[in-house]
This record gives sequence, C-alpha cells and structure tokens, in this order.
Amino acid sequence: MLRLHYNLEKVSMGLVVAIIVAASIGGIVEIAPLFTIDETVEIPEDMRPHTPLELAGREIYIREGCYACHSQMVRSLADELDRYGPYSLAAESAYDHPMLWGSKRTGPDLARLGEKYSDDWHTAHLIDPRSVVPASIMPAYPWLMRPLDTEILSDQLAVLATLGVPYGPEMIEAAVADALGQSQPDTDGGDAVRERYGEGVPVRAFDGDPSRLTEMDAVVAYLQALGTLTNAPYATTVELTQ
Amino acid sequence: MTPAGTLSRNERQFAFGLSIALAVLGFAMAAFAAKGVMAVHGAMALAAGLFLIFRIGGQLYDSAAGPDRHDRYFDGPTRFGVVMTLVWAIIAMGVGVWVAALLYWPEGTPAVPWTSFGRLRPVHTTGIIFGFGGNALIATSFYVLQRTARTRLADAVSPWFVLIGFNLFCLWAVSGYLMGSTQSKEYAEAEWYADILLVIVWVVYFVVYLRTLARRHEPHIYVANWYYLAFILVVAMLHIVNNLAIPVRWNGADSFTIWAGVQDAMIQWWYGHNAVAFFLTAGFLGMLYYFLPVRSGRPIWSYRLSILSFWGIVFFYVWVGSHHLHYTALPYWVQTLGMTFSVMLLVPSWASAGNAIATLNGAWHKVRDDATLRFMFVAAVFYGLSTFEGSFLAIRPVNSLSHYTDWTVGHVHSGTLGWVAMIIFGALYTMVPQLSGRETMAWPRAIEWHFWLAVGGTLVYVVSMWNAGIIQGLMWRAYDENGALSYSFVQSVEAMAPYYLIRTIGGGMFLTGAIICAANCYATFRSAPLMAEPRDVPLRPTPAE
Ligand code: HEC
Repeated sequence: MLRLHYNLEKVSMGLVVAIIVAASIGGIVEIAPLFTIDETVEIPEDMRPHTPLELAGREIYIREGCYACHSQMVRSLADELDRYGPYSLAAESAYDHPMLWGSKRTGPDLARLGEKYSDDWHTAHLIDPRSVVPASIMPAYPWLMRPLDTEILSDQLAVLATLGVPYGPEMIEAAVADALGQSQPDTDGGDAVRERYGEGVPVRAFDGDPSRLTEMDAVVAYLQALGTLTNAPYATTVELTQ
Repeated sequence: MTPAGTLSRNERQFAFGLSIALAVLGFAMAAFAAKGVMAVHGAMALAAGLFLIFRIGGQLYDSAAGPDRHDRYFDGPTRFGVVMTLVWAIIAMGVGVWVAALLYWPEGTPAVPWTSFGRLRPVHTTGIIFGFGGNALIATSFYVLQRTARTRLADAVSPWFVLIGFNLFCLWAVSGYLMGSTQSKEYAEAEWYADILLVIVWVVYFVVYLRTLARRHEPHIYVANWYYLAFILVVAMLHIVNNLAIPVRWNGADSFTIWAGVQDAMIQWWYGHNAVAFFLTAGFLGMLYYFLPVRSGRPIWSYRLSILSFWGIVFFYVWVGSHHLHYTALPYWVQTLGMTFSVMLLVPSWASAGNAIATLNGAWHKVRDDATLRFMFVAAVFYGLSTFEGSFLAIRPVNSLSHYTDWTVGHVHSGTLGWVAMIIFGALYTMVPQLSGRETMAWPRAIEWHFWLAVGGTLVYVVSMWNAGIIQGLMWRAYDENGALSYSFVQSVEAMAPYYLIRTIGGGMFLTGAIICAANCYATFRSAPLMAEPRDVPLRPTPAE
C-alpha cells in the first residue's frame, strides 16, 4: 500500500483522479437514490403550488434573509409536535426552489404558521416586532409597506413551470392580475385566483388596505399560507395517534 | 508592487487584452440589465476593467522585465492575496461583530433595508469563508506550491487572473446581498453569473496549479499540495452541482435553483458540510503541513499518518452532510449514514491533529517563545477539539438538543476562529517577513498581543455560545408537571441576552487582534528593503540536465 502511494505521489494526474473518485462515492450513494425512489416524495392530491402573491412574498422572505433566523421544518420530536404542530413532510416542500428548511432558530419555526395570527398582527409585527412582542429581538421591516413590483412574476412562474411546478399556461399568463386579485376581496380578480388555485386560498387585503398592493401584502399572504398547501401532515398525525 | 511590474512585455499585452475584455463584459452587463443588481455589478466590473486598463496600459511599453526574474519565485499575486485576506478579514469580522450586537440590541438597525440583519449575515459568512479564507488559501497555495516544487509558477498572468477574478466574485456576492439579491442557499448565496465567474476562475486556478506541479524539481508531490489539490477539485464539484440554476431573465440577477425540496436540502448540506471539509479544512491542512514544519524546523512527525488522514478525510467527509438533517423529512437511512460517517471521521481528523502536535515534539521551547508558532499550535488543538465536537453533535440524540440552537454557532466558530483563522495568522506571520525580504515582522511584540486577543476572544465566544445553545435546547424541550411545555419561545429568546452580549465582546476582541495583524503586515510590507536578495529561490535547470 505504502509503495503504491509512494508512486502515486509522483503522478499529479493520478492524484487528481484518485481524489475525484474518493470524493464522489459518498455523494453519489446518498443523493442519487433520492431522485429514483418514488416514495421519497409522494405528492398529496390536494397539494397546491403557491399563488403569485405568495410566491412574491416568498422571494421577499428570501431577499430579507428571514431564513437566517427561522426554520420551516418541524422535526419528529415530541416537544416540537407540541410546540409547532405536525412534523413536516417531504412533499410539503416538493415545489420549493429552493427549500427553506433553515438551520437556526433565533426565532421560532414557521412551518405551521399559516392562520395562527391575524393579518393585522403580522403587519404590526413586521413593521415593529417590539410593538406586539416587547421582548422580541427580531429586526423591524417598515419598508415592506412600499408598492410590490409584480413585473417579473409571469417569468418566474414560467421558469418554475419548466422545473416541474404545476403552473399551467393560464396561471403564468394571469400572474400579475392574480397577485393583485388576491389582495382585493369581493372583486372578479379575487374570484379568478380562487378558481385557479383552489377555494381554500385566502383572498384578503393582507396589509389592511385593498386599494394598494404592497410588499407587506405579499409577505403576509406567504406567511398565512405556510403549512396550508396540503392537509396531508395533519392527516398523518391523526393516523399516528389513532 | 504593481501587477505589470513583474510581467514580460507579451504578458502585459495579454493582461491588457483581458482588462479590455473585463471592461467590455461589465459594460455589456450594465447595458443589458439597465437596472437592478446586475447593472450595478456590471458597472463594478467596468470600473475594475478600466482601472486595470490604465494601470497596465501605462506600463505596456516599459522596458522588459529583468532577465533574472526566473531566478525568483513569483510572489506578486501572493502579496496581493495577503492584502485582500486582511481587507476581507476586517470587513467580514466587523460585520460579524455588528450583527452579533444586533441580536442584543435589535433597535440598532436603522430603517434602511441594506443594514438589516438578514442581509448582513451572508455578508459576514461569505466575507469570512471566501474573502478571508479563500484569499488566504489562494495566496498561500501559490507560495507553498512554488517552494515545495522548487519552481516558479508556470504562468504569470493566470495567477493574477485568479486573484482578481476571485475578489470580483466576492465583491459581487457581498454587494448583491446588501441589495437583496441572494439564492438563499447557505454559503452559496451568490447569484448565477457570479457563480459562473467563480467556475471560470477555478478552472484557471486548477490549470496553473497542475502546470506548475508538472515543472517541479522534486519527484514527489509534497503533502501540502495534495490537500490544496483536493480543495481545488472538490470545491469545483460542490460549487457546480449545488449552484445549478435557471435565471428568470438573462438580464437580471434573479434565478431559481433546479433542485427542490428534500433533494435540494440534501444537495445543499452535501455542499454546505463539504464547504467546511474542503474549503475550511483540506486547504487549511495544506497550509498547516507546510508552515508548521517550516516554522518549527521539524519534519512532519509521521508520513504514514499523513497518508491515512488525507484519504480518510477525502473519502469520509463527503458522506456526512446529512447530519444537518436529523429528524427531518430526509429518509432515515441517509441520516443514519451521515451520522455513522461523522463518527468515523474522527479517526482521520485526530490523526491530522495528532500528527501536527507530535511534529512539535522537541520544539516546545519554540512554541513557548514564538507567538507565530503558538498560533499554529493552538490551531491544531482547536482543530482536534472542533472535529471531536462535530462528530459528537452529529449523533442523533445529541443533535436533537443542539440543532437549530446557538451551540451550532459556537461549534462553527471554534472551527473558524480557533482553527482556520489561527492557522491563517500563523501562516501570515511566517510568510509576510519572507515576502518583504526581512527577518521578522515590523512589530514582533504586536504578534504576542494579537495572539492573546485571538485566543481570549475565541474562548469567550465559544463558551458563551455553548451556554446559550444548551440552555436554549433544554428550554425548548422542558415540560412541567402537568405535561405542558414549560417555556414559551420568547422566554428562550430572553434567556439568551447575556450570552449574546458576551459573545459580541468575544468577537470584538478577535476583531481587534485582526486589526493589529493588518497594521503589522502593512508596516512590514512598507518597511521592506526594495532590492533585497530573496532568501529562497527556485532551482534553475542546468543546461546539462
Ligand atoms: C434576527 C433574527 C430574525 C430575523 C432576521 C427575522 N426574525 Fe422573525 N422572529 C425572530 C424572533 C426572535 C421571534 C420571536 C419573537 C417575536 O415574536 O417577535 C420572531 C418571530 C416571528 C414571527 C412570529 C412567529 C410565531 O409563531 O410567533 C413571525 C411570523 C416572523 N418572525 C416572521 C419573520 C419574517 C417574515 C422575517 C423576514 C422578513 C423575519 N421574521 C426575520 C427573529 C427573527
């Protein structure tokens, strides 16, 4: 063995090839099966993709680095089930490019956040967290009250569609209108969003003012959708407890 | 030392051409994007290109480089790399201390988006890993490669290309986050065109590395170079796979990664943990294997052990990423593999650390007297401690407590402050006098100050984060006698305040040390005797050979 290595050290290309081989095996064994085994991710029937407004909110969540302090992955541990709710399923993030499971909980997990608080609470909390939670160390995001730029939304949906997220041509076409519609209750636009994404989709003036579309609308719509895209996790837990 | 100063006339012309290409590329990016982050980045590239055009253009037809330049090592790029290492150290550690302070004092953020915690945090991590660590790795790799191969770098323009391109990548990445442009993949936040730039830079780096190795005057490739090679190769592999993305528009920064959900998580942490392995470990072990023997004047203790640990690290590390995903939606068997290999990894890791420490046997009086060597000794000790802690944290039940808490943050910093930064400082204090044609640093006593600030800062930081993390973890899982959770989340946040304050102080001490180091290096470079004969030179092939 030593002799062999003694000779390998004289051939730079030999070292290069040996390093590539040694360093590839682990990744191939662990990653490749995740793409071939169907059971890894079984997508539930009722699973819907994010609406354009929620997607815009998700992009803002990424832009502001909320994921640096918040996880979106409830682990299968008793205290997490009690604190947050049912543990996260792989399917829940199957349409997420990228996933936002996170790695640090400076703030609480958000995977089960949807409809836990009112829209007003979220708006007040994001503008000034300490006004609602005095001990909070979360940063304030007052600038989220500025108008939402929707211009790129159709292109974003189109790219996600090519990556396998079930956005049809009609959804892509109507992305900008749908973003506006979801924030305007009792309008045709609002109904159109429900028609395309499902009756359960909330159509509200998330920032409290239906007359304008702000980044706050998008972020709050996204937060309220967390954990509500499918009922599967809740069903699984019921099965387990029975 | 100007870039052009060490180049021949042909090389200067080639470099001039590249500068024009950079300016044109920058202009094109700015023009096509018209607005947004990409336009700003285009303008930055244009400015860099114009600067280089003037810099090199002014010397284009100066007299040819001296005929004796082949009698010397080509250290201009290394010197530039050292300067950039220190610049990034101060920027990124400064941001680190600032964001640490924000967790204690959240009102400290002005209501301006780019100063927000979530945008600054990747500035800190990218600035440290790539800016500080990456520049140090590239700079020392050129230095070590030439000395261990006893030959001059195979080419003069490409090392400059690598360093300038790499720093442009860092600048694009970091300024992008401030403007809100990020892929959100931890330690791979830079957007798609910056990622492409890094691939090009890396290919050039690999080629110049191999071409120089091919010219070596020693039959054997020295251990340090195995590690640098592993660093270059595997980082390329990780970077390309993890960053595969489709831009939303060709004239904008926005993109979507092609990976989704659980596959994305696995690939992200395969990348993330191997960034630790091959960026923050393999490359720095290369540094250790050169500078520790040189400084202590002792050969590496065991050659066999270095072979064992090298292949152990290259093979085992790649499996362990899934320990970041215990109890998640990742299939159980993948988690188990990650845990198993993490524990096995302790063997090669301790073999490396032990080998380094045993090398100092017989030189302990030097460790006592020489702060520079002490930096390297402490680095090896922290390397041993951090890898032990890492294997421990990867065990599933331990991880159920530690994951998502500040314990992880403490662990990372015991590695980055205690191991990575210490070995960098040890290498800098060895290399900078050599590069300046001097016997010692300009202010030898300042090294001692820096040493104690660095060790003290690291300990304060790590111990406070251990406390924070363990308390957090225990509070989250505590039940009262009625079977209800004892603490709300916010109570666990409140409990962190003293530790967050102490951590900030520890970070501040470490930063102060780094500033002293930068000032010392500056003074040493400035006081360099201009025409001093270098003390180490390449072997010249004699015509008879
Ligand atoms: C510096 C870390 C940090 C960042 C960055 C951060 N948060 Fe928080 N977040 C916290 C902390 C700490 C809490 C708990 C205290 C509180 O409720 O304010 C919290 C609480 C929350 C809650 C309430 C969760 C619950 O179940 O009670 C929401 C919602 C939230 N954050 C959303 C966001 C969003 C959206 C962003 C990005 C725009 C963000 N956070 C960025 C630290 C952070």
